[in-house]
Amino acid sequence: MAARHETVARVEAIDVDAYKYGFTTDIESEKAPKGLDEDTVRFISAKKNEPEWLKQWRLEAFRRWLTMREPEWARVHYPPIDYQDLYYYAAPKSTPGPKTLDDVDPELLRTYEKLGIPLREQEILAGVETRKVAVDAVFDSVSVATTFKEELAKAGVIFCPISEAVQTHPELVRQYLGSVVPATDNFFATLNSAVYSDGSFVYVPKGVRCPMELSTYFRINEQKTGQFERTLIIADAGSYVSYLEGCTAPKRDENQLHAAVVELVALDDAEIKYSTVQNWYPGDSAGRGGIYNFVTKRGDCRGRNSHISWTQVETGSAITWKYPSCILRGDNSQGEFYSIAVSNGHQQVDSGTKMIHLGRNTKSRIVSKGISAGKSQNTYRGQVSAHRKADNARNYTQCDSLLIGHDCGAHTVPYIESKNTSAQFEHEATTSKISEDQLFYAMQRGLTAEEATALIVNGFVRDVLQQLPMEFAVEAQKLISISLEGSVG
Amino acid sequence: MIKLANEADAIYEAQYQTMRKAGAEQRRDRAYKSFVERGLPNRRVESWHYTDLKTALAKPAPLAAGDERALALDRTHDSIRLVTLDGKFRPDLSDLSGLPDGLRVQSLHEALADDNPEITAALWPENAGAEDAAVALNGALMQDCVVVSVSSGVKVTRPIEFVTLVGASVPEAIFTRAALIVGAGASVKAIETAGVLPRETSIATQINHLLALRLENASEVDVLSHIAGFGGGSVGVFSLMAYLASHARLNAHQLIEGGGLLRRQVFAALDGEHAHAAFNGVTLARGRQHADTTLFVDHRQPHGTSHEKFRTILDEQAVGVFQGKILVRPCAQKTDGVMQSKAILLSDGATMNNKPELEIFADDVKCGHGAACGRLDGDQLFYLMARGLPRGEAQSLLLEAFANESLVDIADERSHNFLTARIGAWLAERTPS
Amino acid sequence: MLEIKNLHVSVGDREILKGLTLTVKDGEVAAIMGPNGTGKSTLSYVIAGREGYEVTEGEVLINGENILDLDPHERAARGLFLAFQYPVEIPGVATMQFLKAALNAQRRSRGEPELQTPDLMKRVREAAAKLEVSQEMLRRPLNSGFSGGEKKRMEILQMALLEPSVGILDETDSGLDIDALRVVSEGVNSLRSPERSFLVITHYQRLLDYIRPDSVHVMAQGVIQRSGGPELALELEKNGYRDYIAGEAA
Repeated sequence: MAARHETVARVEAIDVDAYKYGFTTDIESEKAPKGLDEDTVRFISAKKNEPEWLKQWRLEAFRRWLTMREPEWARVHYPPIDYQDLYYYAAPKSTPGPKTLDDVDPELLRTYEKLGIPLREQEILAGVETRKVAVDAVFDSVSVATTFKEELAKAGVIFCPISEAVQTHPELVRQYLGSVVPATDNFFATLNSAVYSDGSFVYVPKGVRCPMELSTYFRINEQKTGQFERTLIIADAGSYVSYLEGCTAPKRDENQLHAAVVELVALDDAEIKYSTVQNWYPGDSAGRGGIYNFVTKRGDCRGRNSHISWTQVETGSAITWKYPSCILRGDNSQGEFYSIAVSNGHQQVDSGTKMIHLGRNTKSRIVSKGISAGKSQNTYRGQVSAHRKADNARNYTQCDSLLIGHDCGAHTVPYIESKNTSAQFEHEATTSKISEDQLFYAMQRGLTAEEATALIVNGFVRDVLQQLPMEFAVEAQKLISISLEGSVG
Repeated sequence: MIKLANEADAIYEAQYQTMRKAGAEQRRDRAYKSFVERGLPNRRVESWHYTDLKTALAKPAPLAAGDERALALDRTHDSIRLVTLDGKFRPDLSDLSGLPDGLRVQSLHEALADDNPEITAALWPENAGAEDAAVALNGALMQDCVVVSVSSGVKVTRPIEFVTLVGASVPEAIFTRAALIVGAGASVKAIETAGVLPRETSIATQINHLLALRLENASEVDVLSHIAGFGGGSVGVFSLMAYLASHARLNAHQLIEGGGLLRRQVFAALDGEHAHAAFNGVTLARGRQHADTTLFVDHRQPHGTSHEKFRTILDEQAVGVFQGKILVRPCAQKTDGVMQSKAILLSDGATMNNKPELEIFADDVKCGHGAACGRLDGDQLFYLMARGLPRGEAQSLLLEAFANESLVDIADERSHNFLTARIGAWLAERTPS
Repeated sequence: MLEIKNLHVSVGDREILKGLTLTVKDGEVAAIMGPNGTGKSTLSYVIAGREGYEVTEGEVLINGENILDLDPHERAARGLFLAFQYPVEIPGVATMQFLKAALNAQRRSRGEPELQTPDLMKRVREAAAKLEVSQEMLRRPLNSGFSGGEKKRMEILQMALLEPSVGILDETDSGLDIDALRVVSEGVNSLRSPERSFLVITHYQRLLDYIRPDSVHVMAQGVIQRSGGPELALELEKNGYRDYIAGEAA
């Protein structure tokens, strides 16, 4: 018992204010006027020099959005968001489309250095690290730098800001934008369609195995600024790409809105691995500030034998509302969702996935690990469905929740719907606290309560960590320790 | 004032005004207000996610008139028998002979006249489930009820059977309630039977029935529920609201045979330490039947246990629903809650929706749920056929075993045999696939 | 009598049996030996009628009748018994209930009167005693929670009760310790008779020390590569299967 009390006390004493990415960057920025109307949408579209069809697409989305209501079904509570009290576009002033890294404001480069994101290619090349990661860095509303573009181009891979892709590959953007998450999809996705400012675009051509990991690093800096990025990844037939996404934001007393959309398209025999380490500012110990993270992520296994895998480590944000999903349309396609969601302080997490089985012999697997501490609420919400023609669809879901302390909550809400006799769905869920026996055992071997907790939590989330690329897994493991313990770095 | 949105609301308003005259105005007013605030639930109401009652009851039937005709009823169980026919408690059709000491039976009229606060509280429970719109509508429009009170320490050996029957030959609406109040340390076996008279099986009845159980400290109740026989156009909501005080033990088993749209909803409040509740059941549906079983188990005190095991077999175009929610409140430490739902789809037209839910606010708990759906295991089927069993027989054997998984804990052998025989009969009616 | 003629079987796009021919006469015990993954279990499943295998050519006859168009239970009623390599666990179905259902289903389809429970119990008890199957095992659900050895003994118990004319033993020795192997083999040997044919499928020679075969057939690459007497098994034990799998390595 003593061990448990000590653990709980430690966790309660966590300095959630110790968010280490909470600094702000002092940089002059250009903003659209505060508030949202058709002119804001036109302003953004004009800033990006967009073609007429895209401007119209945004405007239609905006008009649709005006008729929609904010969803209320998730277990998250927050005061009404005043959408007129936000900036919808903010760009570092000195970077009107930097051509090379040398054109990037040194202040920005320092920011990314502080975040541990190398933007200078040679830094990586000079290091011991042999694996290369190409980075697209998005600062507030715009992409400030994309690395390794040339090397990727040699392989035929297009990796650039989506605003650039609209100019250079309009046919691809037009064909796929909104084809997975339609502009009318849901309140936040529709808002994003109207006002998205930038994001990453990836196209991997037929038969190409992308030669390096691709990654986007999102940073919200400005006050009162919503971030609405849009990511579109297309893996053409027989191709493979692994994509990583990281996010941080400064500590601010106000809540900042982040409403992103990610669309993945996997054609015949293609595979996309999408990993996220989400570490937006979670707010302080009194529940002030933090990011409202309302994100729509969806992958379309459009081709036969296609494969989409989502892995997420969610430790940040005051509110997380996201359900990375797979539409298993192609016969024999596979979808996976691996998730670790850690909540502490006053965080509210409502996250999970949807696996929509439409094609024959489609398979999906869900492994979700939720850890609640402090005064947080952590909900897994997931849907698995098999439609009439989804012969031999298979799903296995494992949802485990761990509670640390007695002021938090852990909730599991699966929707499992089958319309096909040959579909086989299995779902298992458990909720428990950290085992006394395990804690005692580890402490008897000399670990402190804090170390023992970290050890057990790491064991609890291991299945998911293993899905991450190695460098990311190490980072994620540290992040989980920080989120839960506040003292170990 | 209350604004009536549509024709259905207007009909319910008129029925409410009629029933107010039957007494218990205050209770009815409160229930009706609660109903009007919510309206008939559609799929946007989370606890009704898979069953659209609003559409199903778009045209409310007139309240059952009932009559006094004498009938000869089949008996299945040797029991103290309390028959409600077409919305009226019928002592003349009931078997009240040899009631043991400490057991009391009252009709709505008698219960109201008695004005005993304990009985009123048991009859209009305010724990989990009181928020449900169908329960509220029942409270407003209840035509009759039967209240059974068992004094503290009394062990009733003969089962108490609550029979709710439909005998009308035209579509009617029935709102009835039964309450079973079991005093401290008492023990009771109850049987809940709902159905229609054999000759009326095709009538589209709208029935909304509630059984309220109140288990005082250390009392023990076994409940066996069997709901069957309703015609294709019927809409039935059968609620079970259970309140458990400390060390109370409730063991409930049910067999639901589909008929039209049927919803079985169980609300259990474990409001004392060391309370134990088990709910197990089998649902069988075929044709275009829609069978919904929804459970809400509310752990309010420490050391509670709740175990649920449900099996659903669906054939043809039937739709099955299982929703089960375990709520563990912050003070309910040391809760042990396990819920399991499995379904077998025998036909490609069938649909199963499972929504098991955990809502946990206490850290020192062990809770879990499992849900599975699919078809019969091909290896098992092949093994049985390789030993000479024809396909249909092999399927039936496996399906009986599957259903029996949630009935194995029935202590009373006769009850167990009764249910397995019903399941066997249902399976015998199907053509093997 | 079991006759397999030019049997071709595919699973998906892959042909597993490629024209296998074999006859097991009345009273004969034939052993099929072969390396792992050569289609031995496929052969037993195809004969018993399991779904998922496509017979593209050839026939299988039991006592002169082609059974390939029959359902598994119809084949069983013709006298075919397959002792599974992995007997299936069926929780919820009581062993006795199952034995009665299987026995009477076969009797019905052969036009024989059904056995009543007391008569059945007597037969089961006799067979169980020989195979060291305890009463407690008979009370459990079929194969549920049985050890590997218990499952195999239960298979032979069923064979004794169902009295097939053709018995196929699929890797019956796998997972058995030496004592269980003896019990199972004695059970099989006691069922040998001039009217009954056995096909014993095994990877190791060990089982054939207990169940002495009349003929031994080497199966590899989807066909019978070589046939001979019991001495062939000993030769295989010494030299392994490498002479037969040469072409498969690639």
